[in-house]
Amino acid sequence: MNNATVNRFKDKLFQYWGMASTLLGLVLLAVFIGNILVEGLYRLDWDFLTSLPSRKPEKAGIYTAMLGSVWILFLTALIAFPIGVASAIYLEEYSKKSRLNKLLEINISNLAGVPSIIYGLLGLEVFVRIFGLGGSILSGSMTLSLLILPIIIVATRESIKAVPKSLKEASFALGATKWQTIWHQVLPASFGGILTGVILALSRAVGEAAPLIVVGALAYVPFAPSGPMDEFTVLPIQIFNWVSRPQHGFNINASAAIIVLLIITFFMNGIAVYFRNKWQKKLSL
Amino acid sequence: MKVKEKIIEILLKLSALISILTTVGIILVLSIESISFFSEVSILDFLTDKEWTPLFVQKHFGILPLLSGTLLVSFIAIAFALPIGLTIAVYLSEYAPRNFRNWIKPALELLAAVPTVVYGFFALTIVTPFLQKIIPNLSGFNALSAGLVMGIMIIPFVSSLSEDALSAVPKSLREAAYGMGSTRFQTAFKVTVPAASSGIVVSVILAISRAIGETMIVAIAAGQQPRLTLDPTVPIETITAYIVQVSLGDVPHGSLEYKTIFAAGITLFIFTFILNSISFRIKKKYQEKYE
Repeated sequence: MNNATVNRFKDKLFQYWGMASTLLGLVLLAVFIGNILVEGLYRLDWDFLTSLPSRKPEKAGIYTAMLGSVWILFLTALIAFPIGVASAIYLEEYSKKSRLNKLLEINISNLAGVPSIIYGLLGLEVFVRIFGLGGSILSGSMTLSLLILPIIIVATRESIKAVPKSLKEASFALGATKWQTIWHQVLPASFGGILTGVILALSRAVGEAAPLIVVGALAYVPFAPSGPMDEFTVLPIQIFNWVSRPQHGFNINASAAIIVLLIITFFMNGIAVYFRNKWQKKLSL
Repeated sequence: MKVKEKIIEILLKLSALISILTTVGIILVLSIESISFFSEVSILDFLTDKEWTPLFVQKHFGILPLLSGTLLVSFIAIAFALPIGLTIAVYLSEYAPRNFRNWIKPALELLAAVPTVVYGFFALTIVTPFLQKIIPNLSGFNALSAGLVMGIMIIPFVSSLSEDALSAVPKSLREAAYGMGSTRFQTAFKVTVPAASSGIVVSVILAISRAIGETMIVAIAAGQQPRLTLDPTVPIETITAYIVQVSLGDVPHGSLEYKTIFAAGITLFIFTFILNSISFRIKKKYQEKYE
């Protein structure tokens, strides 16, 4: 064998190894999810979705956890969406090249790397204790809003950056003010990208358990929350609670609840990818 | 009109300042509670004591067992995710046909989208029983399966950022290598990977920082026994899992036990902050190189 054959052989070998590595994670995930489906799918019925938690696994359901997740999702979106988009507009359109801008940029990239549980500690001290909101849905949503702000800001900035300069210049030439240009031209043109970022950020928030546990979300909530000041639990915490119980019945419940949680996260990710593709096509026209 | 424009600008600025306030808030909250913790526990004990038992009668406040647990799990996760993630990045940027790449990239992102509590369930109920067939004396809770499953989760962090770095390498470098008769394998590992090395390092550092801060996988699958060990088969506890453990219990506000979670939190924060700052520096530097 000469050198060239050896090299070509190595090249081929790496190609197969690369293919195998690429599929490894996905195959493992598929095996895991298959397992969950086998365990939990038969448990998943209307009763399971509409029952309150119970000490008996066969009677327990995810009604309170689901409502808690919906409340958290709704309030987090309400808080994080306007603040995130406004911050991004300021960074991209107003404070270009200022010292404040540099500081904000470093700051946001650092915040994006702060572990989620640290946000929980911040929420516990500021929202729960100092603001006196207790372990309420509002405390949880505010904590998660801070957690996903960096994701929304980064995504919105990217989308705003992608808006062609000519569009803005045309608007200015027609006598529009800066804000009119942003509101009527820049934001509509970048809306698809912004929406993608916000949905991805929210899908992250739906799956979070750690910061909410620290803020004081309860593992056992026997009633459905009816307002932002109520105590609550969410799906991931309900799953965590069931996983840590020894009875096999609760493990089956956890599997069934995981199926619901995965459907929600994958659905949100799917919508996000759909918007992204649609928006990218529109931009390239 | 002018006034309205000014008001809007101020509102936007206030929104942007919330992110600064968040950082300030985190640092203040962690420091204030930690200072009050260290007025009761000496910092020397905290850093050198080999036991962490704040919830027992016989109290010890040594962070080392939690730190070793955290680093052990993270090491296993990175040792698994780095070779695979890097291989994926090289494969996708140098070998894979374009339509395969377009199809597989969102699929890989899915690995990072799965909630971590779900990964914890996988680790505890699927991976640990499987590994117990190979390693009979593996405990039900252990660092090994938590680390491996965490590795699966961070594969896309390594692969997607590394691939971005590899794709940013100018085409001319690759063409020069091919022109001299190199195979794709030689081109990748002698030319593109070295050229993209700083970007790859950034992806690895961010993955480490992610692993250190990961909570639910370890809280579910690694156990709740702080232990100064490098043995991946026994139960351990990480900093994050400890914070969850205390939060689930009924610890009164203001007590020493309550303050321990902030002392543990600031340790975690310092580690991730240093890693993030290093990666930010490197990123800025290599961005300048290509621009």
